[in-house]
Parts: sequence; structure tokens; C-alpha cells
Amino acid sequence: MQLQGKKVIALGERDGVQGSAIAECARSAGAEVVLETTYCFV
Amino acid sequence: MTQTLEQPVIRGVRFFLAHTPGLVRYGSKPSRDIARDATVAAAIGSHLRSYEAAVAYPPNRAFLGHIHPDALTSIPRPWFTSDGPGVRWGAHGELMPEEEFYGLLKICDVFELVRLEAGFIEAARTALAAHPLLTAADLKRLGTGVPEAAIVAQCGGTMPALPLYLRNGRLIGCMQSAHEADASLAADVLLENLACKASAVMALRTLLVQEQLDPNAIPYVLNSGEEAVGDRYQRGGGNLAKAVAEMCGCQSATGVDIKGFCCGPVHALMVAGSLVSARVFSQVAVVGGCALAKLGMKYRGHLQHDQPVLEDVLAAVAMLVGPDDGQAPRLRLDALGRHTVAAGSSQKAIFEHLVSGPLGRLGLRFTDVDKYATELHNPEVTEPAGSGNVPQLNYRVIAGLAALRKEITPAQVPDFVATHGMPGYSPTQGHIASAVPFLGHAVDGLRDGSMQRVMFLAKGSLFLGRMTQMADGMSLILERNL
Repeated sequence: MQLQGKKVIALGERDGVQGSAIAECARSAGAEVVLETTYCFV
Repeated sequence: MTQTLEQPVIRGVRFFLAHTPGLVRYGSKPSRDIARDATVAAAIGSHLRSYEAAVAYPPNRAFLGHIHPDALTSIPRPWFTSDGPGVRWGAHGELMPEEEFYGLLKICDVFELVRLEAGFIEAARTALAAHPLLTAADLKRLGTGVPEAAIVAQCGGTMPALPLYLRNGRLIGCMQSAHEADASLAADVLLENLACKASAVMALRTLLVQEQLDPNAIPYVLNSGEEAVGDRYQRGGGNLAKAVAEMCGCQSATGVDIKGFCCGPVHALMVAGSLVSARVFSQVAVVGGCALAKLGMKYRGHLQHDQPVLEDVLAAVAMLVGPDDGQAPRLRLDALGRHTVAAGSSQKAIFEHLVSGPLGRLGLRFTDVDKYATELHNPEVTEPAGSGNVPQLNYRVIAGLAALRKEITPAQVPDFVATHGMPGYSPTQGHIASAVPFLGHAVDGLRDGSMQRVMFLAKGSLFLGRMTQMADGMSLILERNL
């Protein structure tokens, strides 16, 4: 998947992959993270 | 001043459950949905369990010490169809019926905010009179009650009270607000706080009585619950700990609240151990009351699968940390795991800080820990709502780290999970579900020699409060006292 120049919403989960980790990956691939957040479903 | 450090131990642990189907409507998710669509209340009402079903429910039985959590693996799912024996009292505590819990709320209410119908109070008094942990003074606090008409009028007045119902829809009382314009003292908030207090009181009383501990010998109480006790000028100001101590006859105690979302109890155990170790206090009680807001949190998924609304119990825990008696499990303060600010948010980083680091400091391998107690949420609650099997997710990460360190092979990961993990069985009661539900079984196993070492690790969702994007985590190890 090409993320260069794309806008990304990073929705993470506490016991899975957290939003900030997703955002970091997306940024490293050249994406613009417009929202990053993490949820807890328990 | 010279003095040596004391080795802290976990002297005892007890739990408390209350089956409160009538309060499910006041869980955060149900109450918001009912406000938008009144038919939701009836849909929930038609899927509420009986007390007998809640008592027989295998995860509740594991929580209260009737069965070991590992025994759940041999009980076919769905567990809610289990018609096994239902006994109120387990080795680690009781499951109280809702009629008695409403009476308990009244007993623990020192501001006359709970009003109960006169006939209901008399029935509750009769039931509570047989309770081994309640006194004549407690029963006196029930008062005589009010006519149903007065409750109806109060619920429709200028400062409406929150009506209180039984599972069958019968109106039996109301919860009043304490201020006409203070959201922190609104009836729903006070109900949450009072339920947290009452459940923690019962957990601590159970511990004190069953372990034959003198309440006056406890100098300090830490509350690790998440409820925001306070008013408009100090929302969440706290110290529910002292309110619980008061109700438990701990006349020589004061205390404080330690908050960290679901991570609170493990932080509190660490602080309690440190206070005992430093001989600041001879012993410290740690309590965690229930999370009423989490009742019915996954009800939509349960209704979609036409299964009972399983989030119908309130849970609490009480633990006592004291000096080394040569028998009780030792709390290893030299091997605490901390998810630091710099650690980052990847699961690998988190678990390296919480698991690998402490094990490395003690020169231990992953397999040297008999059991890892992590997020122990009951998968039968979370899976229908699409939230997955939370304990299994965590155990797979721990096993994956063990494989990365070549302590086990990738093929051994499932065996590691089965042996060193356990099925989730805790009610989704916030901080209560994080690691500490296994504490009772751990103390039993570490005392009788069936286990040598147990690690407790909890995570807190700090990001929910919108002050940081970070989560938190804390771990500690209990060892058999040789």
C-alpha cells in the first residue's frame, strides 16, 4: 500500500496496536496523520 | 535514624460481587442509549439474568474461588447456559443479590440521599439480618423507608431523583441529587460513587472477618477505584479510602486514593508494599470498589446474539499487605515493571518493560513464572461485541516475547499460553479486571506450594482522559515464601 502523500486516520486499540504506533508507521511511510487516537474496548 | 527494610507480603485477599440487573440501565452505555430510544430499556430488561443464573455462571464462580480459572477450559461454552451448582459464598467472597445490595447502599449512605420504599426496606432488613458481616448498627441505618407515592413524586419533582428498580421492573426507591446545579453531585454520579464505596466496604469487611484481622490494627487504606468522588470545585477530589475505612471500623486508619485507570490496583499494591517495607505503616489495606458505569457496556452485542446481558454484576476487591510472616507470598519490590514515558506504545515495548525487564533483573526465564495474571476480562462478554479475547491477546504477546528470546520455540507458543495463561473470567469492571482477580488463587497456590511465582501486570488507558496519548502499565511479582 502506498501511503506517500495520503491522509491517514490512525485508530488504535490498547490491547492491540495503539494509535500512536500506527501513526508513527504511517508518517514513516510519508503519510500525513490527520487524527490519531486509541480506544479501550473493555 | 537507622533501620532495615521489611519484606512485604500479601496477607490476604477477598472479593465481592453484587448481582445488580436492575442497575444495568444506569451503566454508561445503556443510559445514553435509553435516553435516545426508550425502547432500549425493555430490550435490555428482557435479557437480564436471574440471581440463580448469575451464581451458577462459571466465570463468577472462578472469580469467587469456587473453581480455579483453569477449570473453565473444560467447561463448554457458552458458559451462560451452565446449570452447575450455584452457591452464594465462595472461598474468596460472595455474590450478593440485588435486593440486599440496595439495602447496603442505604446503609453506606451517610447523607440520606438514598430513599427506599418502606415495604422493600423491611424485606431487605430481614435478608440482611442474616448476613454474617452486617451488624445491628448497620441494620439501624436502613431506617423505616417512605411510601411509594413519595418516591414517585420525588422522581418527577423539580430536582428529579433517579428511580431505582429491581430486575422485574418494580420501583423500590430513588437516588437523590445533592445539589441542584452541580454535575459532580448529580444523582447518577452519586449512585456510581456510593456503589463503589459499598462494594469496597463489603470486600474489606470480608477480608477482615475471614482472616480474623483487627480493624483497628490497620493504620492506612489505599483505594484504587476509578470513581471521581468530589464536587464542582474538586471533581475527583477523592479519598474514598477513608470513607471505606470508616464503614469497616478501622478507627485508627486514614488513607488516600491511588488512581491510574485499570492500572490503579497494581500501582496501589506497589505503594502499599513500599510503605510496609519502609516501616511507615505496619500494614496497609488496598481496596478497589466497583465500576457501575460499566454495567451493560457490551449489551448491544449481547442482544444481537440473543444472549443474556452478562455485565450485570458489580465487583470489588480488598487486599492486605503486611510484614513478612514467613508464610504469606512475598511481594518482590526489587523487580517491578514500569511502562515508562520513553518506552513507546508498541506492544513489544510495553511487554518488554512489564515482563522481560523484571524477569531479567531477577535472572529468571519466562517459564519460571507459573502464571501471568494480565487483563482477565471474560471473553464471553467481549467477543459478542467484537472486542475479541483480551486475555488471549496479551498472553500471545508474552509468549511471542519468550519465543523472540529463544526461551521457547514458535511451535511452543500455544502450550505456553495454555500453561502460563488462563481463560478470562472477570466481570468487565474496569480496574477490577486487570490482573488482581487472580490474586486470591495466586495466594492460595503460593501458600500450598502448587505455584512458586506469579506475575501481575495491568495496563491503564490514560488516553481516555484526553490529557495524554499514552497508556500506562505496571507489573509486580509474588513469590512463594520459603
